[in-house]
Amino acid sequence: MKTDSKKHVLGEPVNRVDGLLKVRGQARYAAEHEQESTPYVGWLVASDEAVGEITTLETDAAEQADGVVAVLTYKNAGPLKPFSKPADESRFTQSRAVLHEPHIRHYGAPVALVVAHTLEQARYAASLVRFSINSERPDLLEGPDDAKVTPDSLDGGFEPDVHVKNTSQDRHDIRLSADYTTPSQISAAMEPHATVASFDGNTLTVNCSVQIVASAVEALAITLEMEPENIVVKSPYVGGGFGSKLGLHYDAILACIGARHLKHAVKVVLSRRQVFYNTPHRGNSYQSISLSCDANGKLGQISHKSAMPRAKGYQFAEATGAVARVTYDAEEIVSTHRVKDVDLPLIDSTRSPGDAIGSLAFESAIDELAEKAGMDPLAFRLCNMPEVHPVSKTRFTSHRLADCLRQGAEKFGWGNKPQASGDTLYGHGVASAMRLNMLTPSRASISLDHEGQLTVRSDMTDIGTGTYTILAQIAAEVFGAELDKVTVELGDSHSPVSCGSGGSFGAASTGSALHKACEALCDKLKAALGDDASDSAISLDGAVVLCENHTGKRKVPLTTLFDASAFPLQETGEVGEEDTSEDEQYSCGAHFAEVAVNMVSGEVRLKRQYGMFSAGKILNLKTASSQLKGGMVWGAGYALTEAIHHHTQTASFLNPDFGEYHIAVNRDIGEVSLDFIEEADYDASPIGAKGIGELGITGAGAAIANAIADACGVRVRDFPITLDKVMNQLKALG
Amino acid sequence: MNPFSVQTLGSEGDVEKLNLDAQTRYLAGGTNLVDLMKHQIETPVSLVDLSEWEGASEIEKTGNGYRIGAMVTNTELANFAWREPSLSVLSQALLSGATVQLRNRATTGGNLLQRTRCYYFYDTAKPCNKREPGTGCSALTGMNRIHAIFGTSEQCIATHPSDMAVALMALNASVSVKTAMGKNRDIALREFYCTPGETPERENVLEQGDLITSVYIPAGTRGTQHYYKVRDRASYAFALVSVAAALELNEETIHSVSLSFGGVGTIPWYPKKALEILQGNKFSVQLLEKAIDAELADAKTFGSNDFKPGLLRRVFLSVMLSLAQRQKKQPGHEGALYENR
Repeated sequence: MKTDSKKHVLGEPVNRVDGLLKVRGQARYAAEHEQESTPYVGWLVASDEAVGEITTLETDAAEQADGVVAVLTYKNAGPLKPFSKPADESRFTQSRAVLHEPHIRHYGAPVALVVAHTLEQARYAASLVRFSINSERPDLLEGPDDAKVTPDSLDGGFEPDVHVKNTSQDRHDIRLSADYTTPSQISAAMEPHATVASFDGNTLTVNCSVQIVASAVEALAITLEMEPENIVVKSPYVGGGFGSKLGLHYDAILACIGARHLKHAVKVVLSRRQVFYNTPHRGNSYQSISLSCDANGKLGQISHKSAMPRAKGYQFAEATGAVARVTYDAEEIVSTHRVKDVDLPLIDSTRSPGDAIGSLAFESAIDELAEKAGMDPLAFRLCNMPEVHPVSKTRFTSHRLADCLRQGAEKFGWGNKPQASGDTLYGHGVASAMRLNMLTPSRASISLDHEGQLTVRSDMTDIGTGTYTILAQIAAEVFGAELDKVTVELGDSHSPVSCGSGGSFGAASTGSALHKACEALCDKLKAALGDDASDSAISLDGAVVLCENHTGKRKVPLTTLFDASAFPLQETGEVGEEDTSEDEQYSCGAHFAEVAVNMVSGEVRLKRQYGMFSAGKILNLKTASSQLKGGMVWGAGYALTEAIHHHTQTASFLNPDFGEYHIAVNRDIGEVSLDFIEEADYDASPIGAKGIGELGITGAGAAIANAIADACGVRVRDFPITLDKVMNQLKALG
Repeated sequence: MNPFSVQTLGSEGDVEKLNLDAQTRYLAGGTNLVDLMKHQIETPVSLVDLSEWEGASEIEKTGNGYRIGAMVTNTELANFAWREPSLSVLSQALLSGATVQLRNRATTGGNLLQRTRCYYFYDTAKPCNKREPGTGCSALTGMNRIHAIFGTSEQCIATHPSDMAVALMALNASVSVKTAMGKNRDIALREFYCTPGETPERENVLEQGDLITSVYIPAGTRGTQHYYKVRDRASYAFALVSVAAALELNEETIHSVSLSFGGVGTIPWYPKKALEILQGNKFSVQLLEKAIDAELADAKTFGSNDFKPGLLRRVFLSVMLSLAQRQKKQPGHEGALYENR
């Protein structure tokens, strides 16, 4: 007989518990939500100017078109709290007002919502709305010196400016000054933003696609000037967020305005082009980097200066310099962030805000300096590992960057690259990844019915990352139960308020809250079992409680422990600041890439990407790996293909669709593999887990850029590294 | 999308019975037209559904050549051409285009008529002479990285996006057309497309109501063939530069050469000047350079596409040298340069 008869599922690479529903099309996403009455469909009429006042607006033809039930404009959309008023607390909950005034704030913004019985009717009628805008010249960021405003704070709570000087040694033998640029990017979640909204009396029910349910409720309450108690938000399935669904967007507000006006359910699904304008994107960045080191490769100065646009009335400034402050030890670290307020659509978190593009530039610069110092880029990195956080001087709860670099290099076969063949040269690149870990206040409940079925509830979301599965695993683990004895219900604002998904904090925070709830329920069972159970291991075998300690094992049916009226037994768990250390918390990783560069055309082909990661306890090897691989693929997009092209006269985008906004496709990606250095970090969270969502992106692109330079000596500082830029430099090299 | 009515074509003989006015469009695979309609770039009031058109989905191989029905899908044609060594370049070009899903829908006739992916053509809020004659060309002074260097005019610099047409151009294909009056006419593909000139809205020589019924490719040996498509990602992107080339060497002499360029012309580009220099002459790097430089003498760039002449030159030289190498190693070789692609 085994001493520990409890089943273990936590960490195991089990399949997604919602996987079958999804592949069978049975998981209903926002736009697929079924109402009792078929919702009307809204289509938005978009502004073709960036900023100005609507001077004429003719809706008669649209109103008379077949199937149209309403045309809503600022004249009849009803009251909303205006956009960006001082009372607003945060960008996720500030008013998202639209159609409330004749003023247009950005290109592509809604001028009208045409509501009809069918999508086709609404879309056609929308083309009949005539309007003119008295346009003004849009403010845009025209160069790095054009960004003069110091933001109050940066995303993630970072200070905008940091300057520390550690020693007075002079390590400036070798210097590098380089200017990097990264383009505007779009989150590009597969599921477009969509909402079905309906009123039942005073109660507004909003089926939408958001990462954080509770802030969606708040945003709706503020925007529509309603009581939060009267708003229900449901977002059980989210087809990717990547930051663009942290907040609530125009699809939701428009659907609500429509439902309020018509007293009928209204559905609004943004088209791909509308997603580009009516949800946030990432601004372009100018990153000016100066580095110095001594002949042994010890870093002297790290200076990182970032200039980016910020959308007017919306307080989001990206912490582009965060990686430059934490990754390496240096004598002196200078980091500044400047913004300019611009007339662009919302600018907000996009796939690893700060670090994705910060690491692209900074880790490229580190390679450039290593090359100047005549050092192997891996060795150069290893000789600058920090003992404590280089800026705060606080200890790290765990810091395995050096191990990730060393062990990763070994697994990858660092430097062991294929021989050049024909016109093809091969290169290897490496980059470090350091991603801030955050435990964010969160709640989850567990309930147990008399048949032994466990139900997890939280307004937590699963944005494709595997939340359903890891929460089921946590509950199953605590009770030693089979996975199918756990039901997980997410994304409903009636459930305990969680942190939602974002900033890589979802799994560790909500997972820990659930763990606490499960422990509390265990205690309840122990209490019912009597005094001798207090030091026992408790598990569930169906409707039977197994109680095991050194004296032996007993089995007690649930129904003998509690009255029928006591079921379901329920406990709620909660985590907050007190559950996490005040020391520096980071997930670490090392990225490696092997590329092939065609010396004729400049085309780059990714052969291999490899990552070694340390991110605390891994809750599910399969979903964690998938998420990190996804991040690495986005890294390829950052390095090689993705860019929004701006039309500056109108502050519009030239390529707002997936035909011309180039996300990496299957054929762009080579072999992607990774390993973990697993080490539960209980200083970080009660379950020892840390964030992984953004770790896979951070540094992934830089490893590719560095591999290109290694292959052919071409260093492109203006991302993405498209073939023309490589080819032009190859031509110059002869 | 505007409301529209639908007519159906059952057989080629029924063309005369259709109501074909300026507001009517033929709908084949719909992979381009439906998008254009959604964005109101095309606003036909009537569509002729070709999906039930009998006899238009066949490929006929005769002693003299190949007749490809207009409704043969890109997938079917690619698979057919894969097995015909003398059509290898066509198969390669087709397989480099779009995605499997799109190629399963897209047709031979429709592919020839697909419209440019110029950003400004697709954005109805911006001036575009092709979409709205007389409004101006935004690309001339705008973001023109994907735009043409050959055959441009002050009115338009948009590229023709097809890969298939580039290969067909090299293979000296012709297009068979049924007119609205029921007459047949054949047009050499090299005469089929119109450079924009003063009328960028007119992209080919078809008249109102003309229906492409088939494409004809003459038989014959063409030697070693390659379609090299340079693009921003490895799949699902239009060519920045593409070269369709076939070369037969007789000892050191160029016995036959077929060439066409994509991604660089306002129409699939048939490089006459380069071909005149190459044909029948002794193969050498110097000859290749002379040929491409003669062609590039006519190239005009617009800022963000300044890289295209250099890229085309490099790719052309590389492809031709590879073809020649194969011909020298394996005299009389017919088919793909790289069999496994």
